[in-house]
Amino acid sequence: MSIAADSKFHVLAVDDSLIDRKLIERLLKISSFQVTTVDSGSKALEFLGLHEDDQSNPEKPSVSPNNHQEVEVNLIITDYCMPGMSGYDLLKKIKESSSLRNIPVVIMSSENVPSRITRCLQEGAEEFFLKPVQLSDLNRLKPHMMKTKVKTQNQESNEIQLVEKSEIQSQLQQQQPQSPLSPTPPQQQQPPNNNKRKAMEEGLSPDRTRPRYNDITTVV
Amino acid sequence: MALLALKAQLSAFVQSMFDEGLLDGQFIQIQALQDETNPNFIAEVITSFCNDAERIITELNKYMTQQNVDFSKLESCVHQLKGSSSSIGAHRLKLACADLQQAFDEKNKGGCLKALNIITREYCILGGKFETLIQLEKSILAIKSNQQQQGSYHIAKST
Repeated sequence: MSIAADSKFHVLAVDDSLIDRKLIERLLKISSFQVTTVDSGSKALEFLGLHEDDQSNPEKPSVSPNNHQEVEVNLIITDYCMPGMSGYDLLKKIKESSSLRNIPVVIMSSENVPSRITRCLQEGAEEFFLKPVQLSDLNRLKPHMMKTKVKTQNQESNEIQLVEKSEIQSQLQQQQPQSPLSPTPPQQQQPPNNNKRKAMEEGLSPDRTRPRYNDITTVV
Repeated sequence: MALLALKAQLSAFVQSMFDEGLLDGQFIQIQALQDETNPNFIAEVITSFCNDAERIITELNKYMTQQNVDFSKLESCVHQLKGSSSSIGAHRLKLACADLQQAFDEKNKGGCLKALNIITREYCILGGKFETLIQLEKSILAIKSNQQQQGSYHIAKST
């Protein structure tokens, strides 16, 4: 695990249509992104390291903010209409996961349905693209990924400090056998970290709930 | 030079497809995605599209001729085909799909059969033209890679 910035952002693209996967992969690569494509929501969750029954515990300590992830994903772009798990279902699962909720999600759809768009944006999608997706649409992705990268780096450095301190604490505690060693970091460490994280989330939420009808002419 | 002539032929051929409404602006986007790092992109995408389309149209014809027509299966099929057509820029085929969707909404079986016939016919026309297009692309690519090989042969020889 490294905090050093990768030269390329990594996008996970989800679409059941082979042609659309080929297209989005090409568009993303031309825009200088690293790309992984999968053909379903469940494969996407697998790739992200989230299992169906995984209820991520915010109390669980972790060295890295991405509990199970082998590869860092900076953005997820997914089709809306898919058999089985829809793009909306996938979006919800991601936002419900404490380890994945910070990854920006973009929804694509061939249908311009204002209520669908609103629902997705309210659930936390950053953007809604009408298909077929254009190269110019992808130019809107970088700002969302930059936000997350900075956030992740801050979290990582906070959590490393946390772990280092708790390691020192537990070494000290080992010398005096008292209460059983708890894996959670000492109380005084938590508030500053939580406040920072909360502040960042609050800073983001006005953006999320404000509906944006980018390039969509039909506004209800 | 054979290469220039082929390129001109391809260009004129694609233009005729635009003129007939077979292709729309989305195809231009697809052409823009092909370059030296991905010289086969257009042929690949068209091939994927044709495989998909043939499979779906076969299914549509099968479901349509059943005793009890399963409209939800049909709707999902035509939705997929319309999506693929839109993604590749297959303009007339996309419109034909929209007509079939309309016929579904009206629960008009006669209208559905008619619309499906049009889809089948449109795809026949488009498929034939796409085949020619792919052949032209492949010929151009063959000449280009030949030239590259000869180029490196000359370089190797002179050193």
